[in-house]
Amino acid sequence: MALAFWRNLRLAVTLFVILGLGYSLLLVGIGQEFFPYQAQGSLMVEKGQVVGSSLIGQEFSVPGLFHSRPSATVNAATGRPEPYNADNSSGSNLGPTSPALLKEIRTNMAFQRGQVTGPMPGNLVESSASGLDPEITLQAALAQVPAIARQTGIARGVLRNLVLNQAQGPFLGLYGPWRVNVLKLNLAVRQIEGR
Amino acid sequence: MTWQGLLGDALLLVVVTLAAVPVGRYMYNVFEGDRSLLDRVMGPLERGIFRLAGIDESQGMDWRSYAIAFLLSNLAMAVVVYLILMFQQDLPFNPARLGPVAPTTIFNTVASFVTNTNWQVYSPEQTLSNLSEFALQFLQFATPAAGLVVAIAFVRGFVAGRRDLGNYYRDLVRALTRIFLPIAFIAAIALIATGVPDTLSGSVIAHTITGATQTIARAPAAGFEAIKQLGTNGGGIFNVNSAHPFENPGPLSNLIEEFLMALLPTSLVFTFGHYIKNRRQAWIIFGVTMSLMVVLLLVIYSAEAAGNPLVHRLLGVAGPNWEGKDTRFGISGSSLFTTLTTAYTTGAVNTMHDSLTPLGGLVPLFEMMLNTVFGGKGAGLLNILMFFIISVFVTGLMVGRTPELFGKKIEVREVTAAAAAMLVHPFIILAATALALSTAAGRAGIFNPGFHGISEVVYAYASSAANNGSAFAGLGASSPFYAISTGIVILLGRYLSMLLLLYIAGSLLAKKTVPASTGTLRTDTWTFGWIYLGIVLIVGALTFFPVLALGPIAEQLAMLAGRVF
Repeated sequence: MALAFWRNLRLAVTLFVILGLGYSLLLVGIGQEFFPYQAQGSLMVEKGQVVGSSLIGQEFSVPGLFHSRPSATVNAATGRPEPYNADNSSGSNLGPTSPALLKEIRTNMAFQRGQVTGPMPGNLVESSASGLDPEITLQAALAQVPAIARQTGIARGVLRNLVLNQAQGPFLGLYGPWRVNVLKLNLAVRQIEGR
Repeated sequence: MTWQGLLGDALLLVVVTLAAVPVGRYMYNVFEGDRSLLDRVMGPLERGIFRLAGIDESQGMDWRSYAIAFLLSNLAMAVVVYLILMFQQDLPFNPARLGPVAPTTIFNTVASFVTNTNWQVYSPEQTLSNLSEFALQFLQFATPAAGLVVAIAFVRGFVAGRRDLGNYYRDLVRALTRIFLPIAFIAAIALIATGVPDTLSGSVIAHTITGATQTIARAPAAGFEAIKQLGTNGGGIFNVNSAHPFENPGPLSNLIEEFLMALLPTSLVFTFGHYIKNRRQAWIIFGVTMSLMVVLLLVIYSAEAAGNPLVHRLLGVAGPNWEGKDTRFGISGSSLFTTLTTAYTTGAVNTMHDSLTPLGGLVPLFEMMLNTVFGGKGAGLLNILMFFIISVFVTGLMVGRTPELFGKKIEVREVTAAAAAMLVHPFIILAATALALSTAAGRAGIFNPGFHGISEVVYAYASSAANNGSAFAGLGASSPFYAISTGIVILLGRYLSMLLLLYIAGSLLAKKTVPASTGTLRTDTWTFGWIYLGIVLIVGALTFFPVLALGPIAEQLAMLAGRVF
């Protein structure tokens, strides 16, 4: 039995070297060679500086920029809320009949109220799964256009076209809703402002 | 629900089915065929592995040797990974300079990954180095392969004229080199192309346009993600798993991941058809199982699309349940992923299951309780065939015939072992749930109040026993109470039933095959298929109905009545 276990140990180490190390390092190499942008995390660079990843959402709470969805991420050390902490992804995990869920949504509605014209889109007040959702629904973006126009002085029609140009439809017409990447949208708003 | 959503989900299931038929035949060839195209590439690799390990892979094994080899190899793998996790702070590939891992976390994590469960009590970004992730990734290859070959050995018990169950090591290594490695490798490259990062450079700091900084954790994620789904493992390299935009950047990656997790367990049903030389039987198993899964998909999709009336009252307008869902998958993509991940016992999540509507959350919970809706690598088919034995026994009693299954007589020994295996699953779930709910340490972990808290606890043990790994993640699963108790349930859920089924295989192997006669109760008819499904549901409903009534069903009624807790 001891000999049999020793052989199994050798098998396990051999398989770890092939399936743990070899496979991973080969793929890292292929990624860097053929898909460097994706393999590095789809980083967006402006004026030589990394301003974020096109896949990772950010918090935008200053006037003149489109708001992202609520994020339930926290600071890993203190446990205090730190929205869009991309080093500690997390959802709210609040259940459907929890009073904390309804309280959270009320707080989020108060935050979004000045930003939204018309009925409040659920997408903008209910927390995402990852806490890092880079997108909002098209409807949630269009609802923010009048407020952004007021705050920036950019014409509503211009902003509306901007949103519609940036909007992404369902994949193959079937998968995923119409949606807008908030970081890309806000970069475009800043560009119009000449900043 | 939208017609696009329904059509999209249906299309994926059709694609899975179309792929499963040829892949099922291919898997049969891997284990029983002599030659294949991969011989030239993989032959030398396989011989090298056996030489380094000093293992003779040519000897056929009886059920005892097969079971011992399975257990010893699992133990050896656990030891290797245990050591790597224990000393990660002193080992290379640790760009974030992460410190030691807590001992209870190591125990739970090794138990969880060596059993193909991938229940996670830690936050990966904050806990594990790249090397530790590579060690877990090795288990994500090896353990589904081990589960798969136990199922293959079991099925060989029905094959007429066989004298042994095959050689465990030959089966294991061939499953790895010819099934898991090539498919995962191609899938990983496809995932990188869709935006899944694959880098050893650690996190990057972004300076945002509002003047803030954002630390963005990165990882060698694509290779991990591919085998995580293909092996129905489910353990994420980021905390929120496949909801993280780096693990699952968009609808296309979501489809690739859904396809990967469904592919092999569905194919295995057809592989089984080749073994017993009865493809009609395979289609009947496929048909009834797929019907059940589609019904459950419609339940969760409609519940999530209808949303939460308590929230609608606040918003002043109705809408879907967006809490715990990322925008890019939409409601249909979130619902299908959730249905598949618990049907195939992957346990990856692209949606926070704790935040599903009660009826929506009932679907993944119920699938793990049944544990036969295709199920995980090997374990799923084993459970299906276990219920087949129970079904021929029950129907045999009803019509007064000696039960037979695929030409082998089913007698006292087989029925006793199958019944024991059948009872293990509900027993460990319900006993552990009762223990947790009746102790302060167990109740302390509950995050959401009221009926939902009961769902959280039973979900944790159902997920552990089914070797699934998804969670109602609000539960404080990292406390010693849950880390240890879920670890034990995971180990019992994996090994008890597998050993009992190998025992049955050994017993069947020794029996002569009796030719079918007019007195034989045929199992390859739709009538029998629906009877089988009925027995699965009756056993599932009877044992689990009380706890489902206290958890999700009560909460759904409360939600509709406008009550909060």
